Amino acid sequence: MTVDNVPNVRTCITPLEENIRVLEQDRVGELSNKKKFNRKRKKIDVDIVIVGSGPAGMMAAITAAKQGVPSILLVDENHLIGGQLVKQSHKFFGSEEEKAGTRGIDLAVELMEQVNSVKTIQSMLKTTIIGCYNGKKNHKLIAIKRLIEGDQLIEINSKSVIFACGAMENMLAFPGNDLPGVYGAGGVQTLMNVYGVKPGKKVLMVGAGNVGLIVSYQLLQAGVNVDRVVEILPKIGGYNVHAAKLRRCGVPIYTSHSIKEVYGNGKVEGAILVAINNSFKPIPGTEQKVSCDTVCIAVGLTPSIRLLEQIGAKTEFIAEAGGHVAIHDSSMQTSVKGVYVAGDSSGIEEASTAMIEGQLAGISAATLLGYDKQADMLKKKYRKALEGFRSGPFGIKPKICKEKIACCWNGGINY
Amino acid sequence: MSDKVFICRCEDLTEEEIKQAIDEGYTTLEELKCKLRLGMGPCQGRGCLSLARRILCQKTDKTTEEITLPPSRPPVIPVSLGTLASDEK
Repeated sequence: MTVDNVPNVRTCITPLEENIRVLEQDRVGELSNKKKFNRKRKKIDVDIVIVGSGPAGMMAAITAAKQGVPSILLVDENHLIGGQLVKQSHKFFGSEEEKAGTRGIDLAVELMEQVNSVKTIQSMLKTTIIGCYNGKKNHKLIAIKRLIEGDQLIEINSKSVIFACGAMENMLAFPGNDLPGVYGAGGVQTLMNVYGVKPGKKVLMVGAGNVGLIVSYQLLQAGVNVDRVVEILPKIGGYNVHAAKLRRCGVPIYTSHSIKEVYGNGKVEGAILVAINNSFKPIPGTEQKVSCDTVCIAVGLTPSIRLLEQIGAKTEFIAEAGGHVAIHDSSMQTSVKGVYVAGDSSGIEEASTAMIEGQLAGISAATLLGYDKQADMLKKKYRKALEGFRSGPFGIKPKICKEKIACCWNGGINY
Repeated sequence: MSDKVFICRCEDLTEEEIKQAIDEGYTTLEELKCKLRLGMGPCQGRGCLSLARRILCQKTDKTTEEITLPPSRPPVIPVSLGTLASDEK
Protein backbone atom coordinates (compact mmCIF):
# COMPACT_ATOMS: atom_id res chain seq x y z
CA MET A 1 0.00 0.00 0.00
CA THR A 2 1.02 3.59 -0.55
CA VAL A 3 0.54 5.95 2.40
CA ASP A 4 0.98 9.67 1.80
CA ASN A 5 2.95 8.92 -1.39
CA VAL A 6 5.38 6.55 0.33
CA PRO A 7 5.20 3.08 -1.27
CA ASN A 8 5.61 -0.35 0.38
CA VAL A 9 4.10 0.75 3.67
CA ARG A 10 2.68 -1.87 6.00
CA THR A 11 -0.60 -0.19 6.80
CA CYS A 12 -1.33 -2.60 9.67
CA ILE A 13 1.33 -0.96 11.85
CA THR A 14 0.99 2.60 10.54
CA PRO A 15 -0.72 4.94 12.98
CA LEU A 16 -3.97 6.35 11.61
CA GLU A 17 -3.93 10.14 11.32
CA GLU A 18 -6.27 12.83 10.15
CA ASN A 19 -6.22 13.27 6.34
CA ILE A 20 -3.93 10.28 5.81
CA ARG A 21 -4.03 9.11 2.18
CA VAL A 22 -3.95 5.34 1.76
CA LEU A 23 -3.86 4.09 -1.82
CA GLU A 24 -3.56 0.76 -3.56
CA GLN A 25 -0.14 0.02 -4.94
CA ASP A 26 0.36 -1.89 -8.15
CA ARG A 27 3.67 -3.74 -8.00
CA VAL A 28 6.80 -1.62 -7.72
CA GLY A 29 6.22 1.68 -6.00
CA GLU A 30 7.92 4.95 -6.76
CA LEU A 31 9.69 6.74 -3.97
CA SER A 32 8.69 10.35 -3.55
CA ASN A 33 11.34 13.03 -3.22
CA LYS A 34 9.96 13.84 0.19
CA LYS A 35 11.15 10.57 1.74
CA LYS A 36 13.94 11.45 4.11
CA PHE A 37 16.89 9.36 5.19
CA ASN A 38 18.63 9.60 8.46
CA ARG A 39 22.35 9.45 7.84
CA LYS A 40 23.21 8.81 11.46
CA ARG A 41 23.37 5.20 12.48
CA LYS A 42 23.34 4.19 16.10
CA LYS A 43 24.92 1.38 18.07
CA ILE A 44 23.46 0.08 21.32
CA ASP A 45 24.85 -2.50 23.75
CA VAL A 46 22.40 -4.10 26.16
CA ASP A 47 22.10 -7.17 28.39
CA ILE A 48 18.69 -8.30 27.18
CA VAL A 49 16.75 -7.17 24.16
CA ILE A 50 13.06 -8.08 23.99
CA VAL A 51 11.37 -8.03 20.60
CA GLY A 52 7.68 -7.23 20.97
CA SER A 53 5.95 -5.30 23.76
CA GLY A 54 2.77 -7.32 24.06
CA PRO A 55 1.80 -9.13 27.27
CA ALA A 56 4.71 -11.58 26.96
CA GLY A 57 7.33 -8.94 26.13
CA MET A 58 6.24 -6.50 28.85
CA MET A 59 6.21 -9.21 31.52
CA ALA A 60 9.62 -10.48 30.38
CA ALA A 61 11.04 -6.95 30.71
CA ILE A 62 9.48 -6.31 34.11
CA THR A 63 10.56 -9.69 35.45
CA ALA A 64 14.15 -9.43 34.20
CA ALA A 65 14.37 -5.92 35.67
CA LYS A 66 13.13 -7.19 39.04
CA GLN A 67 15.90 -9.78 38.99
CA GLY A 68 18.41 -6.94 38.70
CA VAL A 69 19.46 -7.03 35.04
CA PRO A 70 21.01 -3.56 34.50
CA SER A 71 20.06 -2.81 30.90
CA ILE A 72 16.98 -4.10 29.10
CA LEU A 73 15.75 -2.89 25.74
CA LEU A 74 12.12 -3.39 24.75
CA VAL A 75 11.54 -2.97 21.01
CA ASP A 76 8.18 -2.74 19.24
CA GLU A 77 7.20 -1.79 15.71
CA ASN A 78 3.92 -0.20 16.77
CA HIS A 79 3.61 3.30 18.17
CA LEU A 80 2.08 2.07 21.41
CA ILE A 81 3.35 -0.34 24.08
CA GLY A 82 0.99 -3.23 24.80
CA GLY A 83 0.71 -5.29 21.61
CA GLN A 84 -2.79 -6.58 21.04
CA LEU A 85 -3.87 -5.64 24.59
CA VAL A 86 -4.38 -2.00 23.55
CA LYS A 87 -7.43 -2.90 21.49
CA GLN A 88 -9.01 -5.40 23.82
CA SER A 89 -11.94 -3.78 25.53
CA HIS A 90 -13.18 -7.08 27.00
CA LYS A 91 -12.32 -8.64 30.33
CA PHE A 92 -10.01 -11.59 30.73
CA PHE A 93 -10.79 -15.00 32.15
CA GLY A 94 -8.63 -17.13 34.38
CA SER A 95 -7.19 -16.60 37.81
CA GLU A 96 -6.92 -13.33 39.65
CA GLU A 97 -3.14 -13.50 39.69
CA GLU A 98 -3.13 -13.29 35.90
CA LYS A 99 -5.46 -10.31 35.96
CA ALA A 100 -8.75 -12.05 35.21
CA GLY A 101 -11.62 -9.58 35.23
CA THR A 102 -9.36 -6.78 33.97
CA ARG A 103 -9.94 -5.31 30.54
CA GLY A 104 -7.09 -5.75 28.07
CA ILE A 105 -6.65 -2.02 27.56
CA ASP A 106 -6.50 -1.36 31.33
CA LEU A 107 -3.93 -4.09 31.67
CA ALA A 108 -1.89 -2.57 28.84
CA VAL A 109 -1.87 0.80 30.61
CA GLU A 110 -1.01 -0.79 33.96
CA LEU A 111 1.89 -2.79 32.54
CA MET A 112 3.07 0.13 30.43
CA GLU A 113 3.27 2.30 33.54
CA GLN A 114 5.30 -0.41 35.25
CA VAL A 115 7.64 -0.67 32.27
CA ASN A 116 8.06 3.10 32.11
CA SER A 117 8.70 3.42 35.85
CA VAL A 118 11.66 1.04 35.77
CA LYS A 119 14.87 2.87 34.95
CA THR A 120 16.67 -0.21 33.68
CA ILE A 121 14.10 -0.78 30.92
CA GLN A 122 14.44 1.36 27.84
CA SER A 123 11.60 1.07 25.36
CA MET A 124 11.98 1.82 21.69
CA LEU A 125 8.76 2.12 19.68
CA LYS A 126 8.12 2.43 15.93
CA THR A 127 11.17 0.24 15.56
CA THR A 128 11.29 -2.94 13.50
CA ILE A 129 13.99 -5.55 13.76
CA ILE A 130 14.93 -6.28 10.16
CA GLY A 131 17.53 -8.95 10.72
CA CYS A 132 19.19 -11.07 13.40
CA TYR A 133 22.66 -12.55 13.54
CA ASN A 134 23.97 -15.08 15.99
CA GLY A 135 27.46 -14.05 17.05
CA LYS A 136 29.94 -15.94 19.20
CA LYS A 137 29.66 -13.70 22.23
CA ASN A 138 26.74 -11.45 21.45
CA HIS A 139 23.63 -11.57 19.36
CA LYS A 140 23.35 -8.83 16.81
CA LEU A 141 20.00 -7.36 15.82
CA ILE A 142 19.58 -4.73 13.13
CA ALA A 143 16.68 -2.37 13.67
CA ILE A 144 15.04 0.41 11.69
CA LYS A 145 13.52 3.20 13.74
CA ARG A 146 10.91 5.33 12.03
CA LEU A 147 11.60 8.95 12.93
CA ILE A 148 10.11 12.15 11.52
CA GLU A 149 13.53 13.11 10.19
CA GLY A 150 13.81 9.77 8.37
CA ASP A 151 14.39 6.10 9.11
CA GLN A 152 17.39 5.37 11.27
CA LEU A 153 19.49 2.22 11.26
CA ILE A 154 20.29 0.88 14.71
CA GLU A 155 22.70 -1.91 15.51
CA ILE A 156 21.84 -3.69 18.76
CA ASN A 157 24.35 -5.96 20.47
CA SER A 158 22.82 -8.03 23.22
CA LYS A 159 23.92 -10.87 25.48
CA SER A 160 20.45 -12.36 25.41
CA VAL A 161 17.36 -12.01 23.23
CA ILE A 162 13.71 -12.72 24.05
CA PHE A 163 11.43 -12.99 21.05
CA ALA A 164 7.84 -12.14 21.96
CA CYS A 165 6.76 -11.16 18.47
CA GLY A 166 3.25 -12.56 18.59
CA ALA A 167 1.42 -13.83 15.55
CA MET A 168 -0.02 -12.96 12.15
CA GLU A 169 -3.66 -13.28 11.10
CA ASN A 170 -4.51 -16.05 8.65
CA MET A 171 -6.12 -15.11 5.38
CA LEU A 172 -8.49 -17.08 3.17
CA ALA A 173 -8.47 -17.71 -0.57
CA PHE A 174 -11.80 -17.01 -2.28
CA PRO A 175 -12.86 -14.99 -5.33
CA GLY A 176 -13.00 -11.31 -4.43
CA ASN A 177 -10.69 -11.65 -1.43
CA ASP A 178 -8.80 -8.51 -2.44
CA LEU A 179 -11.85 -6.23 -2.58
CA PRO A 180 -11.73 -3.25 -0.22
CA GLY A 181 -13.96 -4.20 2.68
CA VAL A 182 -12.39 -7.61 3.27
CA TYR A 183 -10.56 -7.25 6.57
CA GLY A 184 -8.71 -9.33 9.10
CA ALA A 185 -10.60 -9.32 12.41
CA GLY A 186 -7.58 -7.87 14.20
CA GLY A 187 -7.48 -5.00 11.73
CA VAL A 188 -11.14 -4.25 12.35
CA GLN A 189 -10.54 -4.30 16.09
CA THR A 190 -7.65 -1.85 15.73
CA LEU A 191 -9.68 0.55 13.58
CA MET A 192 -12.60 0.46 16.01
CA ASN A 193 -11.01 0.29 19.42
CA VAL A 194 -7.74 2.16 18.91
CA TYR A 195 -8.81 4.81 16.40
CA GLY A 196 -12.59 4.96 16.85
CA VAL A 197 -13.28 4.28 13.17
CA LYS A 198 -16.15 2.02 12.10
CA PRO A 199 -15.06 -0.43 9.39
CA GLY A 200 -18.48 -0.44 7.68
CA LYS A 201 -22.21 -0.65 8.24
CA LYS A 202 -22.99 -4.33 7.90
CA VAL A 203 -20.47 -7.05 8.65
CA LEU A 204 -20.22 -10.72 7.83
CA MET A 205 -17.90 -12.43 10.31
CA VAL A 206 -16.03 -15.52 9.13
CA GLY A 207 -14.88 -17.70 12.03
CA ALA A 208 -16.50 -18.43 15.40
CA GLY A 209 -13.37 -18.76 17.50
CA ASN A 210 -12.88 -16.34 20.38
CA VAL A 211 -11.52 -13.60 18.11
CA GLY A 212 -14.50 -13.82 15.74
CA LEU A 213 -17.02 -13.85 18.58
CA ILE A 214 -15.43 -11.05 20.59
CA VAL A 215 -14.89 -8.76 17.60
CA SER A 216 -18.50 -9.37 16.48
CA TYR A 217 -19.75 -8.29 19.89
CA GLN A 218 -17.51 -5.24 19.90
CA LEU A 219 -18.84 -4.32 16.44
CA LEU A 220 -22.36 -4.40 17.90
CA GLN A 221 -21.17 -2.22 20.78
CA ALA A 222 -19.83 0.26 18.24
CA GLY A 223 -23.22 0.37 16.55
CA VAL A 224 -22.30 -1.74 13.53
CA ASN A 225 -24.77 -4.33 12.26
CA VAL A 226 -23.36 -7.88 12.32
CA ASP A 227 -25.38 -9.93 9.84
CA ARG A 228 -24.15 -13.32 11.02
CA VAL A 229 -21.12 -15.35 11.98
CA VAL A 230 -20.17 -18.33 9.82
CA GLU A 231 -17.95 -21.17 11.01
CA ILE A 232 -16.67 -23.97 8.81
CA LEU A 233 -16.48 -26.45 11.71
CA PRO A 234 -19.64 -28.13 12.99
CA LYS A 235 -19.00 -26.54 16.41
CA ILE A 236 -18.39 -23.03 17.76
CA GLY A 237 -14.70 -22.78 18.60
CA GLY A 238 -14.72 -19.94 21.15
CA TYR A 239 -16.00 -19.72 24.71
CA ASN A 240 -19.71 -20.24 25.24
CA VAL A 241 -20.14 -16.95 27.12
CA HIS A 242 -19.02 -14.96 24.09
CA ALA A 243 -21.25 -16.97 21.73
CA ALA A 244 -24.21 -16.65 24.10
CA LYS A 245 -23.80 -12.86 24.30
CA LEU A 246 -23.97 -12.63 20.52
CA ARG A 247 -26.96 -14.93 20.27
CA ARG A 248 -28.82 -12.87 22.88
CA CYS A 249 -28.29 -9.83 20.66
CA GLY A 250 -29.92 -11.73 17.81
CA VAL A 251 -26.82 -12.50 15.75
CA PRO A 252 -27.11 -15.97 14.21
CA ILE A 253 -24.08 -18.27 14.16
CA TYR A 254 -24.02 -20.63 11.18
CA THR A 255 -21.82 -23.64 11.89
CA SER A 256 -20.74 -25.95 9.02
CA HIS A 257 -20.89 -22.94 6.71
CA SER A 258 -18.17 -21.16 4.82
CA ILE A 259 -17.64 -18.21 2.52
CA LYS A 260 -17.59 -19.11 -1.18
CA GLU A 261 -16.96 -15.72 -2.68
CA VAL A 262 -17.29 -12.00 -2.18
CA TYR A 263 -18.78 -9.80 -4.87
CA GLY A 264 -18.99 -6.09 -5.51
CA ASN A 265 -18.00 -3.34 -7.86
CA GLY A 266 -14.78 -1.87 -6.53
CA LYS A 267 -15.79 -2.69 -2.95
CA VAL A 268 -17.60 -5.41 -1.01
CA GLU A 269 -21.33 -5.45 -1.75
CA GLY A 270 -22.11 -8.94 -0.55
CA ALA A 271 -20.96 -12.49 -0.11
CA ILE A 272 -22.08 -15.95 -1.12
CA LEU A 273 -22.13 -18.57 1.62
CA VAL A 274 -22.24 -22.31 1.24
CA ALA A 275 -22.97 -25.20 3.60
CA ILE A 276 -20.09 -27.60 4.28
CA ASN A 277 -20.37 -31.39 4.67
CA ASN A 278 -18.55 -33.65 7.13
CA SER A 279 -15.48 -33.94 4.92
CA PHE A 280 -15.21 -30.13 4.62
CA LYS A 281 -16.48 -30.03 1.05
CA PRO A 282 -19.08 -27.46 -0.06
CA ILE A 283 -22.55 -28.91 -0.63
CA PRO A 284 -23.77 -27.83 -4.11
CA GLY A 285 -27.11 -26.08 -4.18
CA THR A 286 -26.82 -24.67 -0.65
CA GLU A 287 -25.39 -21.31 -1.75
CA GLN A 288 -27.02 -18.22 -0.29
CA LYS A 289 -26.43 -14.53 -0.80
CA VAL A 290 -25.75 -12.17 2.08
CA SER A 291 -25.61 -8.45 1.46
CA CYS A 292 -22.91 -6.69 3.49
CA ASP A 293 -20.21 -4.04 3.01
CA THR A 294 -17.58 -5.64 5.24
CA VAL A 295 -16.25 -9.18 5.47
CA CYS A 296 -14.21 -9.87 8.54
CA ILE A 297 -11.86 -12.86 8.55
CA ALA A 298 -11.15 -14.46 11.93
CA VAL A 299 -9.76 -17.85 11.02
CA GLY A 300 -6.84 -18.20 13.35
CA LEU A 301 -3.29 -17.01 13.73
CA THR A 302 0.17 -18.13 12.67
CA PRO A 303 3.13 -17.60 15.02
CA SER A 304 5.68 -14.98 13.87
CA ILE A 305 8.97 -16.82 13.78
CA ARG A 306 10.97 -15.35 10.93
CA LEU A 307 13.41 -13.53 13.18
CA LEU A 308 13.84 -16.68 15.25
CA GLU A 309 14.69 -18.58 12.06
CA GLN A 310 17.24 -15.95 11.13
CA ILE A 311 19.05 -16.23 14.43
CA GLY A 312 19.25 -19.99 13.91
CA ALA A 313 16.61 -21.31 16.31
CA LYS A 314 15.31 -24.73 15.29
CA THR A 315 11.68 -24.66 14.17
CA GLU A 316 9.12 -27.36 13.67
CA PHE A 317 5.61 -27.47 12.21
CA ILE A 318 3.09 -28.15 14.95
CA ALA A 319 -0.55 -27.95 13.92
CA GLU A 320 -1.75 -27.19 17.47
CA ALA A 321 0.65 -24.23 17.63
CA GLY A 322 -0.86 -22.65 14.50
CA GLY A 323 2.11 -23.34 12.22
CA HIS A 324 5.88 -23.46 12.49
CA VAL A 325 7.19 -22.57 15.94
CA ALA A 326 10.62 -22.35 17.51
CA ILE A 327 11.04 -25.34 19.74
CA HIS A 328 12.04 -24.51 23.29
CA ASP A 329 12.72 -26.07 26.68
CA SER A 330 10.66 -25.61 29.84
CA SER A 331 12.60 -22.37 30.54
CA MET A 332 11.55 -20.96 27.13
CA GLN A 333 15.11 -21.17 25.75
CA THR A 334 15.35 -22.03 22.06
CA SER A 335 18.01 -24.21 20.44
CA VAL A 336 20.30 -21.15 20.41
CA LYS A 337 21.86 -20.38 23.79
CA GLY A 338 20.65 -17.07 25.21
CA VAL A 339 17.74 -16.83 22.79
CA TYR A 340 14.28 -17.22 24.32
CA VAL A 341 10.73 -17.17 23.04
CA ALA A 342 7.45 -16.32 24.77
CA GLY A 343 3.79 -15.78 23.96
CA ASP A 344 2.12 -16.50 20.63
CA SER A 345 5.48 -16.89 18.85
CA SER A 346 5.90 -20.10 20.81
CA GLY A 347 2.43 -21.41 19.95
CA ILE A 348 -0.92 -19.61 19.70
CA GLU A 349 -2.50 -19.26 23.12
CA GLU A 350 -3.92 -16.49 25.29
CA ALA A 351 -2.73 -13.23 26.81
CA SER A 352 -2.70 -14.74 30.30
CA THR A 353 -0.39 -17.60 29.35
CA ALA A 354 1.72 -15.22 27.25
CA MET A 355 2.28 -13.17 30.41
CA ILE A 356 3.43 -16.20 32.37
CA GLU A 357 5.68 -17.38 29.54
CA GLY A 358 7.12 -13.87 29.42
CA GLN A 359 7.89 -14.04 33.14
CA LEU A 360 9.51 -17.45 32.67
CA ALA A 361 11.63 -16.20 29.77
CA GLY A 362 12.58 -13.08 31.76
CA ILE A 363 13.75 -15.18 34.72
CA SER A 364 15.68 -17.57 32.45
CA ALA A 365 17.45 -14.79 30.56
CA ALA A 366 18.35 -13.06 33.84
CA THR A 367 19.64 -16.34 35.29
CA LEU A 368 21.90 -16.88 32.29
CA LEU A 369 23.46 -13.46 32.93
CA GLY A 370 24.06 -14.33 36.57
CA TYR A 371 21.04 -12.66 38.15
CA ASP A 372 19.54 -15.79 39.63
CA LYS A 373 17.68 -14.48 42.69
CA GLN A 374 15.18 -17.23 43.72
CA ALA A 375 15.16 -18.33 40.10
CA ASP A 376 14.30 -21.99 40.70
CA MET A 377 11.44 -21.18 43.02
CA LEU A 378 9.99 -18.59 40.60
CA LYS A 379 10.35 -20.86 37.59
CA LYS A 380 8.53 -23.62 39.45
CA LYS A 381 5.74 -21.19 40.32
CA TYR A 382 5.30 -20.02 36.71
CA ARG A 383 5.39 -23.56 35.33
CA LYS A 384 2.69 -24.55 37.79
CA ALA A 385 0.57 -21.57 36.74
CA LEU A 386 0.92 -22.56 33.08
CA GLU A 387 -0.07 -26.11 33.91
CA GLY A 388 -3.14 -24.78 35.68
CA PHE A 389 -4.22 -22.78 32.66
CA ARG A 390 -3.70 -25.71 30.34
CA SER A 391 -5.64 -28.20 32.45
CA GLY A 392 -9.11 -26.89 31.53
CA PRO A 393 -11.14 -28.01 28.50
CA PHE A 394 -9.85 -25.05 26.42
CA GLY A 395 -6.30 -25.83 27.48
CA ILE A 396 -6.16 -29.15 25.63
CA LYS A 397 -4.83 -27.73 22.37
CA PRO A 398 -2.00 -25.65 23.90
CA LYS A 399 -1.22 -28.56 26.22
CA ILE A 400 -0.75 -30.92 23.27
CA CYS A 401 1.21 -28.20 21.47
CA LYS A 402 3.63 -27.79 24.36
CA GLU A 403 3.94 -31.57 24.78
CA LYS A 404 4.93 -31.85 21.13
CA ILE A 405 7.40 -29.01 21.50
CA ALA A 406 8.93 -30.76 24.52
CA CYS A 407 9.11 -33.94 22.47
CA CYS A 408 10.90 -32.15 19.62
CA TRP A 409 13.23 -30.55 22.14
CA ASN A 410 14.23 -33.97 23.38
CA GLY A 411 15.21 -34.99 19.87
CA GLY A 412 12.16 -36.94 18.84
CA ILE A 413 9.65 -35.92 16.25
CA ASN A 414 7.64 -39.13 16.38
CA TYR A 415 4.94 -37.91 18.70
CA MET B 1 -16.67 -7.84 -9.96
CA SER B 2 -13.38 -9.51 -9.18
CA ASP B 3 -13.43 -13.24 -9.80
CA LYS B 4 -9.73 -13.72 -9.13
CA VAL B 5 -8.50 -15.42 -5.99
CA PHE B 6 -5.48 -13.54 -4.71
CA ILE B 7 -2.86 -15.49 -2.80
CA CYS B 8 0.05 -13.03 -2.68
CA ARG B 9 -1.30 -9.49 -2.49
CA CYS B 10 2.06 -7.74 -2.66
CA GLU B 11 3.03 -9.44 -5.92
CA ASP B 12 -0.53 -9.74 -7.29
CA LEU B 13 -0.36 -13.52 -7.62
CA THR B 14 -3.57 -15.45 -8.15
CA GLU B 15 -4.45 -19.01 -7.24
CA GLU B 16 -4.56 -19.81 -10.95
CA GLU B 17 -1.00 -18.58 -11.58
CA ILE B 18 0.31 -20.62 -8.67
CA LYS B 19 -1.54 -23.76 -9.79
CA GLN B 20 -0.19 -23.30 -13.29
CA ALA B 21 3.38 -22.99 -12.01
CA ILE B 22 2.93 -26.17 -9.93
CA ASP B 23 1.71 -27.97 -13.08
CA GLU B 24 4.83 -26.75 -14.85
CA GLY B 25 6.92 -28.49 -12.20
CA TYR B 26 7.64 -25.82 -9.57
CA THR B 27 6.61 -27.95 -6.62
CA THR B 28 8.24 -26.33 -3.58
CA LEU B 29 7.61 -22.93 -2.00
CA GLU B 30 11.22 -21.99 -2.71
CA GLU B 31 10.79 -22.77 -6.42
CA LEU B 32 7.50 -20.87 -6.57
CA LYS B 33 9.27 -17.95 -4.93
CA CYS B 34 12.03 -17.99 -7.57
CA LYS B 35 9.54 -18.37 -10.41
CA LEU B 36 6.78 -15.99 -9.33
CA ARG B 37 8.26 -13.73 -6.61
CA LEU B 38 5.80 -15.35 -4.16
CA GLY B 39 6.34 -13.80 -0.75
CA MET B 40 9.01 -11.37 -1.94
CA GLY B 41 6.97 -8.17 -1.66
CA PRO B 42 6.81 -5.61 1.15
CA CYS B 43 5.16 -8.01 3.63
CA GLN B 44 7.66 -10.81 2.95
CA GLY B 45 5.18 -13.66 2.86
CA ARG B 46 3.07 -12.96 5.93
CA GLY B 47 -0.19 -14.06 4.38
CA CYS B 48 0.64 -15.84 1.16
CA LEU B 49 3.02 -18.56 2.26
CA SER B 50 0.46 -20.56 4.23
CA LEU B 51 -2.18 -20.09 1.49
CA ALA B 52 0.30 -21.23 -1.17
CA ARG B 53 1.33 -24.12 1.06
CA ARG B 54 -2.29 -25.29 1.15
CA ILE B 55 -2.47 -25.28 -2.65
CA LEU B 56 0.81 -27.22 -2.81
CA CYS B 57 -0.58 -29.79 -0.38
CA GLN B 58 -3.68 -30.32 -2.51
CA LYS B 59 -1.85 -30.46 -5.83
CA THR B 60 1.10 -32.60 -4.77
CA ASP B 61 -0.63 -34.86 -2.21
CA LYS B 62 1.69 -33.80 0.56
CA THR B 63 0.96 -33.02 4.20
CA THR B 64 1.65 -29.55 5.61
CA GLU B 65 4.56 -30.95 7.64
CA GLU B 66 6.28 -32.15 4.48
CA ILE B 67 6.44 -28.69 2.94
CA THR B 68 9.34 -26.52 4.06
CA LEU B 69 9.06 -22.74 4.23
CA PRO B 70 11.56 -20.69 2.25
CA PRO B 71 14.35 -19.39 4.51
CA SER B 72 13.80 -16.03 6.18
CA ARG B 73 16.36 -13.41 5.22
CA PRO B 74 16.96 -9.83 6.29
CA PRO B 75 15.53 -7.26 5.78
CA VAL B 76 12.04 -8.40 6.82
CA ILE B 77 10.52 -5.02 5.91
CA PRO B 78 11.34 -2.70 3.01
CA VAL B 79 14.33 -0.51 3.89
CA SER B 80 15.65 2.23 1.66
CA LEU B 81 19.26 1.89 0.54
CA GLY B 82 19.89 5.37 1.88
CA THR B 83 19.12 4.14 5.39
CA LEU B 84 21.09 0.91 5.02
CA ALA B 85 24.09 2.83 3.77
CA SER B 86 24.02 5.44 6.52
CA ASP B 87 27.54 5.86 7.83
CA GLU B 88 27.65 8.83 10.19
CA LYS B 89 28.19 7.77 13.78
